[in-house]
Order: sequence, then C-alpha cells, then structure tokens
Amino acid sequence: MYSSKELELLELLEEKGYLETKMLADLLALDEETIESMLEKFKQDGILLGFRAMVNWQKINRHDVTAFIDVKVAPKRGRGFDDVAERIYRFPEVTALYLMSGAYDLQVVIQASSLQDVASFVSDKLSPLDSVLSTTTHFKLKTYKHDGILFTPQTEDKRLNITP
Amino acid sequence: MKSLSNQVVSMKPSGIRRFFDLAQTMENVVSLGVGEPDFITPWNVREASYVALEQGYTAYSANAGLIELREEIATYMKERFSVKYDPASELIVTTGASQALDIAFRALLNPGDEVIVVEPAFVSYGPLIEMAGGKVVPVACRPEKGFRLDRDDVERVITERTKAILLCFPSNPTGATMNADELAQIAELATKYDLWVVSDEIYAELCYDEPFTSFATLHDMRDRTIVINGFSKAFAMTGWRLGFTCAPEVVTREMLKVHQYGMMCAPTLVQFGGLEALRSRHQHVPNMVKSYRQRRNYFIQALNEAGLPTHVPGGAFYAFPSIRHTGLTSEEFAERLLLEERVAVVPGNAFGESGEGFVRASYATSLEQLQEAIRRIHRFMQQFEVTAVKDSHS
Ligand SMILES: Cc1ncc(COP(=O)(O)O)c(C=O)c1O
Repeated sequence: MYSSKELELLELLEEKGYLETKMLADLLALDEETIESMLEKFKQDGILLGFRAMVNWQKINRHDVTAFIDVKVAPKRGRGFDDVAERIYRFPEVTALYLMSGAYDLQVVIQASSLQDVASFVSDKLSPLDSVLSTTTHFKLKTYKHDGILFTPQTEDKRLNITP
Repeated sequence: MKSLSNQVVSMKPSGIRRFFDLAQTMENVVSLGVGEPDFITPWNVREASYVALEQGYTAYSANAGLIELREEIATYMKERFSVKYDPASELIVTTGASQALDIAFRALLNPGDEVIVVEPAFVSYGPLIEMAGGKVVPVACRPEKGFRLDRDDVERVITERTKAILLCFPSNPTGATMNADELAQIAELATKYDLWVVSDEIYAELCYDEPFTSFATLHDMRDRTIVINGFSKAFAMTGWRLGFTCAPEVVTREMLKVHQYGMMCAPTLVQFGGLEALRSRHQHVPNMVKSYRQRRNYFIQALNEAGLPTHVPGGAFYAFPSIRHTGLTSEEFAERLLLEERVAVVPGNAFGESGEGFVRASYATSLEQLQEAIRRIHRFMQQFEVTAVKDSHS
C-alpha cells in the first residue's frame, strides 16, 4: 500500500516532471532521505518508469506521421490478447498499444517518417500476424492537447503585477 | 468649483498603489505582489456563465441574488462549515466580498461607532469603516505568536463605543489562522461586551494544516456574526466580482436595503458561474488547495534559507517575512528589491502600522517563478550580508 504522501509525490512528478530531491522534499514537507527512498521504491516496483520532455515538433515543422490503427484480433485460448500484443509492441515504430473495449480490440499507435512507411507497416508486419483479423488506419492531422498539455499554450499571466 | 467630499479627499490612497505604479514601468519583474490566485477560473464555471448568456439571462436578478444560488450557498455553508442559514432571509449575493463588507458596515454603524480591526489587515477595511461613519480601532497581532490574535490585546481596546470587531483568518497579509479554541476566546469577549462580529472568511477554503472554523459556529456567535465570503479566492474568480453575506435576518434585512439601492443585484451572468463553481467545488478546490500547500511548504522554507525569517502561515497564499534585520524599513526593502532584483513584494506597512518590519510575498504564482524569485532574493540578501560584514570590519 502507498501512503498519501507517496501518492502526492507521484501526482507531483506526473504533473511537473523531474524536480530535484531538495525541491520535492520542500514541497511535500519531508526530508530528502525520505524522498530518495520513496523514489527508489517506486522504481523498484515499476511504478516510476522515467522522465521525458514533451516536445512540440509541429513548431519546427518536423512532421512525423502518426497513425492510430484499430485492430481486431482473435484471442488465443489461455493467453487472451497478451501474445499478439507482445508481437506488436516489439516493433520500435509502435509508440503506444492499448487493449480496448468496444468495436475493436487493440489500438496501435505508430510513428513513422512517411505515409508509405505506415502503409508498409500495416501490410507487411501487422496484417500478416496470425490472429489479426482486420485493421483500420487513421492519421493524426494536428495535436491540440497531449497528456494534459496544450500545444498552443495560453500561459500569459493576465493578472496585474500588484493587487491588494 | 465647489470642493469635493472632505472625507474622501482626505483619504490616503492605498499604500499598494505606489508600488503598483513603479512595478508597472519595469520589465522582467517577478511579481510576488499579487493578492489573487494564479489559477484561471475552471472551464466548467466559465462555460456555465457563457451558457447563461447564450440563453439570454441578461436581466436583473432578485436583489439578494438568484434564489438557486442562495440555496446552493446555504447548502455549502451547512455542509462545509456546519452553520445553517435561511436562503430567503439570511443571505445576500454581492459584487465581491468587498461590497459585502461595505453593506455590512453601512448597516451596522452610527457616526462615531468604533470597530476593532485586527492588524495587519486587508487595505480596504479602514476606508470602508470610515466611509460608513465608523472609527477604526486597530489591534495588532503579534509576530511572536505567529500573528494570531491575543484575547487580552482585544479586551484592552474595548470601550463604550465599541460596536463591532472585524476578524480575518486566514489573514491577508499574514496567512495566519486561528483554530476553534483560539477563536472561542474572542467569541467570549463578543458576548461579554455585546459586540457584533464581522468575520471575513474569504480564505476559508485555503487552510493547509488545521481545519477551518467559521466564527458563526462558535457558542452564541451565529446571531451576532456577519460572515463575509466570496468566490474570488477559493474558486479563482477575482475578476468576476462575486461574494456573499451570511447574517441573521435582523441585519440582513438592513444590509439588503443598502445593497438594493446601491447595487440592485450582483451581475446575473456572474451568479450563474458562481452556482456552477459551488456545485463542482469537490472537483476543483481540493486540487488547488494541494497545490498551494506544496508551494507554501517550499516557499517558506526557501525564504528562511535565504535569510528572511518567516513564520509558517496556516492559510491563504501569503508569506509575511520579517525584514527588520536588514535595517531597512518595509518600503525601502520593497523598493530596493524591486529596483535591484526586479522582484515585487508589498511593504508590510501598507496593511497597518504593525506590518512595519515585514513584507507580503504571495506564493500564488508558478513554481518556476517562485524559484526565480528565490534566486533573486538570495542574491539581494547576500549583498546585504557582505555589506554588513564589511561594515563591521572597517
Ligand atoms: C481579506 C480579504 N477580504 C476581501 C477581499 C476582497 O475580495 P473580493 O474579490 O471578493 O471583493 C480580499 C481580496 O484581496 C481579501 O484579501
């Protein structure tokens, strides 16, 4: 079980990304050793998986192609969807993979440098897999918001400098 | 031309004004001078007001405010603060806590009546009381008590003419809070001397260590207390101008006359936003409170490390560090910090004489801005110590 301070630490890291141990300790009113041992535990338990920057490539006109592929699959007896999922997520161009409820089973997100690359991923790698029954591919046109972050930020502080 | 109102002409402009003008002319200022949340009003609240506009709610509301809103306020007061008010006769929706204070004093005071004002205090209190014909009797909170109010200090200034006492905990500018037991001692005085109490509870939601106690819940206090509250701080709605009063019918009736003739009603569209804010409060308030608490923890620690002794404020979003040991007055300190390091704080004397020797620094700004402010304050303070050391050797 995790304490409320531990959960607060996780929420803080998820929102802010990397912060120095001293800062984390100050924010949560804990000492640095406590923070360090919490972080260690999170890593060991596979809860804290890493820190990454959120980059808006649209700004510098580097447009990779992102495709969302809805995949229907036939689950395997005793193994469900896990085997085929593993066959899919091992491809490095797959950036996300989710098991879904609803009209299809797996949602595959892939990032590639051209439409052509996406097409060949679907026809050469995804569709030939035994349990894959059908695929529907959608292309992303523009990112407005990703993981809670606006891609055209409205961060300007509209308050006056000094108010009572 | 004939002269203007003597009373108004002789009123001093707020001490904050001068710093505002100065800071406005400068670039790259990190402002810790802002007395309002850094959050933008939650989207669902903005949307509710937008929908009301779309649906054509552009007429006056009842003088006391939309009845749905008053009912929601009554529910809120009962659920959150355990005190019951009748929405039909004991609540008034106002244009901010500011106007709520105004109608409270106008309804309470006869010329020459004294109001005990707990200082350091929000800048509007004095002028509002004086414009209502009252006389301000300040009582200072002591820094060594973490700016909590001492019962005996209050009793010492009570006279025949004392009509009311004005409290504000959590406090602007000190962030100090008072728990139920501490407040009960003040309540005893109100009973003993038959005083009205105006309790400005605008920071009620922003308490970080101990639960908030509404003054109206204390023994014998409900029927002698005017609770002032509003949406500005808890719901990040300062620019909307929405507040309310909760008071027994005998006072509400009179305040409503002042409100009716002076304001008619709070803006209707804004009231729809307030309704949504209260209904969705569980979604937003706890997250904002958590974020303020974290920043408070960091900022108080960092100020102390930077050489500015600061008590831990239990509420609101202000730090009130002591600057006495720098040998500067509050105004000199604030001005030099602004000119030399471009960090804006508000000199403590803007909040009354007892604020001298302190400055108010708001931590309602992003963590990045706070870190930058702390870096600059560090630099500013080091320079001091260097000068101090040099002096002692020369
Ligand atoms: C203690 C106190 N009371 C009242 C107010 C005014 O609030 P409102 O925006 O509701 O008029 C403020 C705003 O700074 C405040 O700090």
